Amino acid sequence: MKLNSDSHHLIGLLGSIADPEIPVVSIVDLGIVREATDEMVTITPTYAGCPAMHAIESEIRAKLDAHGYSQTAIRTTFDPAWTTDWMTDTARAALKSYGIAPPAPAKQLEQSGTVPIYFPACPQCNSRHTERLSEFGSTACKALYRCVACREPFDYFKAL
Amino acid sequence: MMSPHASYVLRLGDSSLILGQRLAEWCGHGPQLEEDIAMANIGLDLIGQARMLLSHAAALEGKGRDEDQLAYFRNEREFRNFTLCELPNSGLEKGKTQAGDYAFTIVRNLFYSAYQCELWTALASSADSTLAAIAAKSLKESRYHYRHAADWTIRFGDGSALSHQKAQRAVDALMPYTNELFATDADEAALVAQGIAASSADLHDAWKCAMEAIFQEATLKMPTDSGPSAGFISQGKLGLHSEHMGFLLAEMQSLARQHPGARW
Repeated sequence: MKLNSDSHHLIGLLGSIADPEIPVVSIVDLGIVREATDEMVTITPTYAGCPAMHAIESEIRAKLDAHGYSQTAIRTTFDPAWTTDWMTDTARAALKSYGIAPPAPAKQLEQSGTVPIYFPACPQCNSRHTERLSEFGSTACKALYRCVACREPFDYFKAL
Repeated sequence: MMSPHASYVLRLGDSSLILGQRLAEWCGHGPQLEEDIAMANIGLDLIGQARMLLSHAAALEGKGRDEDQLAYFRNEREFRNFTLCELPNSGLEKGKTQAGDYAFTIVRNLFYSAYQCELWTALASSADSTLAAIAAKSLKESRYHYRHAADWTIRFGDGSALSHQKAQRAVDALMPYTNELFATDADEAALVAQGIAASSADLHDAWKCAMEAIFQEATLKMPTDSGPSAGFISQGKLGLHSEHMGFLLAEMQSLARQHPGARW
């Protein structure tokens, strides 16, 4: 991440903006803020078609304007591609307590040609005895699972 | 007239856009809730790819057009998508009253997503760094589309007698349209030589191998009279479309054309 003397303050400001789809995680902890200087804030979409990007950009604009950074430009990039590996431990813990199983490491995906089926631990009871109900969940970034032990269905944030 | 480079990027973008639009037709009509959501999600990913690719094509063209102008204000002959992507969800049999044939939709997604995985892998090292970045990003998503389509193809093919019959019918109907995916032309060959494009013909072997492995598990037969040597090559990527394309564009473009500049 590109930083300068304003960055600490800016990261603090941007860290107060929650992801519109998953309100317990900030856009900084999600890893979509890639640069924060007084000249430029750079963000990257999680998924190419993520419909939340416009909402996120307008929230950043409003936040910057309200704190004297109206000269700071906002840029969207998709290079390098966002990966769930950029998510902080804070984000992972927040997801879990919100009932969403955090993603497996994505690095392995890059090496293997296909996506191995992953069975995340149930965010409610921590059992690894889970089953996949659907490859796609309530948003592009999630799949739907069910815990065989406690029978609770849950979302899994797919590794990307 | 776009440059061969811009035109190549436009082809990729148009195919994703048109299949994304087709899959969106399932929204609210899926055979079960999870699949309804899956089709909307995959369609959204494809439209996301299309947005990046059309923006890039517009930038390469350098005439001040943007993704929306390319998507909504071009006519049928200017679209460069594969014919495969525009075929109706109901399949190709005459007199069908059913709105959507799910086996047809799944097998088409299988063919296209497997092709995309090969394509994006090759393009991730393109000399066009923007295209390489789009490919690297899209590959991650296409792998999930491929796994979803492969799972269902196996479930249908190795399922009941009826699901097997429907899956085989879809394979037989769609396979001839895959020839276009692997047909090379002079413009593409020049771009391949410059390290920008991936050679379509070179993607065929790996794609066919992957399909054969899935068909074997799904107990489906590879049609014997298909393949690029069989003669039939649809021409959507040259701008010559099937009779289904006009209806799709009418639905996709009508709002933007009736209310130019409309905003949410």
